[in-house]
Amino acid sequence: MTALTLARRAPGRSVDDAPRARRPMRTGTFVSLLAMLVVTAFVLLPIVVIVFTAFKPTAEVNAYPPTLMPDAWTLDNMRRIVTELPFSRLVLNSFVFAGGVTICALVFDSLAAYALARIDFRGRRLLLVGIVATLMIPFQATLVPVYQLVSDLGWVNTFPGLIAPRAADAFGIFFLRQFFLALPRDVDSAARIDGASEFRIYRSIVLPNVVPALLTLGIFTFVNNWNDLLWPLVFTTRKEMGTITSGLTLLTGPGGIIPYGVMMAGSLIAILPLVVAFLLVQRRFIESVATTGLKG
Amino acid sequence: MALAFLLPALVILGAFVVWPMISALRLSFTNAAGFGVEEWVGVDNYVKVFTDPEVQDAVVNTLQYTVLFTPTAVLAALLLALVVNNPRLPWRSFFRTTLFLPFVVSLAVAAFAWSYLIDPQVGLLSYWLGRMGLHLGNVLEDPSLAMPAVALVAVWKNFGFYFVIFLAGLQDIPASLYEAARVDGAGVLHRFRHVTLPLLSNTFAFVLVFAMIAALQAFDQIYVMTGGGPYGHTQTIVMEIYESGFRKLELGFASALSYVLLIATLLLSVVQFVFFGRREEDLA
Repeated sequence: MTALTLARRAPGRSVDDAPRARRPMRTGTFVSLLAMLVVTAFVLLPIVVIVFTAFKPTAEVNAYPPTLMPDAWTLDNMRRIVTELPFSRLVLNSFVFAGGVTICALVFDSLAAYALARIDFRGRRLLLVGIVATLMIPFQATLVPVYQLVSDLGWVNTFPGLIAPRAADAFGIFFLRQFFLALPRDVDSAARIDGASEFRIYRSIVLPNVVPALLTLGIFTFVNNWNDLLWPLVFTTRKEMGTITSGLTLLTGPGGIIPYGVMMAGSLIAILPLVVAFLLVQRRFIESVATTGLKG
Repeated sequence: MALAFLLPALVILGAFVVWPMISALRLSFTNAAGFGVEEWVGVDNYVKVFTDPEVQDAVVNTLQYTVLFTPTAVLAALLLALVVNNPRLPWRSFFRTTLFLPFVVSLAVAAFAWSYLIDPQVGLLSYWLGRMGLHLGNVLEDPSLAMPAVALVAVWKNFGFYFVIFLAGLQDIPASLYEAARVDGAGVLHRFRHVTLPLLSNTFAFVLVFAMIAALQAFDQIYVMTGGGPYGHTQTIVMEIYESGFRKLELGFASALSYVLLIATLLLSVVQFVFFGRREEDLA
């Protein structure tokens, strides 16, 4: 094994760590480590501040000089945010909206991807190009006519209005198609000869083999929708139909003078589900994001 | 048969992406206001897009934001990826996870946290900077500092995403190339210049265009932190689309402006596809 073998994919220890461990750390590496610790502390600062401030009494939040950690921990901010907004309703809306989009998109995208990857039909190539081309259209650019359409359907301030326009997306189709293409075709040919329907092959043979891809796409879709601000801002005009992300911004608008502690309590609740989910699946998630360049 | 599988997705994409795009084009030549009769006004809206000083400011601001955000986020990501790619560095998994973490935080929440950190009275960061002799004052009310501040929030949220893409790109460079270079007596800088840079160039271009597209769509943190102010200094194209389309109900004008955004994004996307293809070839 050469001393130059790079750790491929596995970012932990590379094979040549062992002989080096006996030597003291090189100056360069030590400087890198120090620099990385400083950078990491700075990157984590806003998140740490959200957590600490959420439990800080207002007097301490407004005190000078400001401090990082609370002296006296309190749940007052948490109590107050629940009364300022229909809070549990907004959190529920976020789950229904982001969850609904995620489930619909996974089903519809995987169906379409299956057809594009594994059924031969005329015009397949052209259709794929057409679908990929819609990837280039930013949703901000079609917001006005989409709103008109949703409004004509009578769907403003409803879950169908929030979810339907995003129930399928070109990126998901493209992404899943890549995984479907990579699966060997012998198994489904055999199943086809045995008389299995296309839907059966899709459901029982193809889907179970791409669970990691579905999971990655699912988390990504969920996070993007949960975090989106412009979309719920446009499609919900009633406060109770907003998401937690759009609801929180109501507190900062004109006249909405809210203590930072309360804002941070709301922020903490808004990021908690995502941060926990991310930390649970982080390694696989980061790797598939990195290698496929998922859309942000 | 294939149609049954494709139908749901095609209906959704057709109704909510393709049709609205055509619809926006039609609207952009009318004076639609969401009520009353729509009249054909020819290229009036486009004339307004290219002559209205407010729109020009929004375009300039968006470009300024792009120039502040893109190189900062991409270079920070590249630099950190090079450092973390060093196999001798301890705790690499920890750094990778931590640097990616902001990517799951919404821009809106990031905007709240940063607004608090840089609050001139009670902000921890302003206090610390003040102790170091750097008094920034009320950043979000300052015409020259507000834009860098909102760009910085986006850098904070997004650089981790670019960082993991670079890291994957770096780890795909064959070790044998570095070894060959070392055998030939190439130093660290030389190896970076002649091995890392050329082999990372497609990934770099891909990420760069990716970041530029994201920058053109800037909205969330600006809406939260400055609302486009002070005096319109952080008003971007998407802020302008939102205000004209959903506040002032100038649907025709908002649609014309949308088309400007659409075409700019399309041009960048075409470039991106070229590099995405090349990057796939690199990885294969």
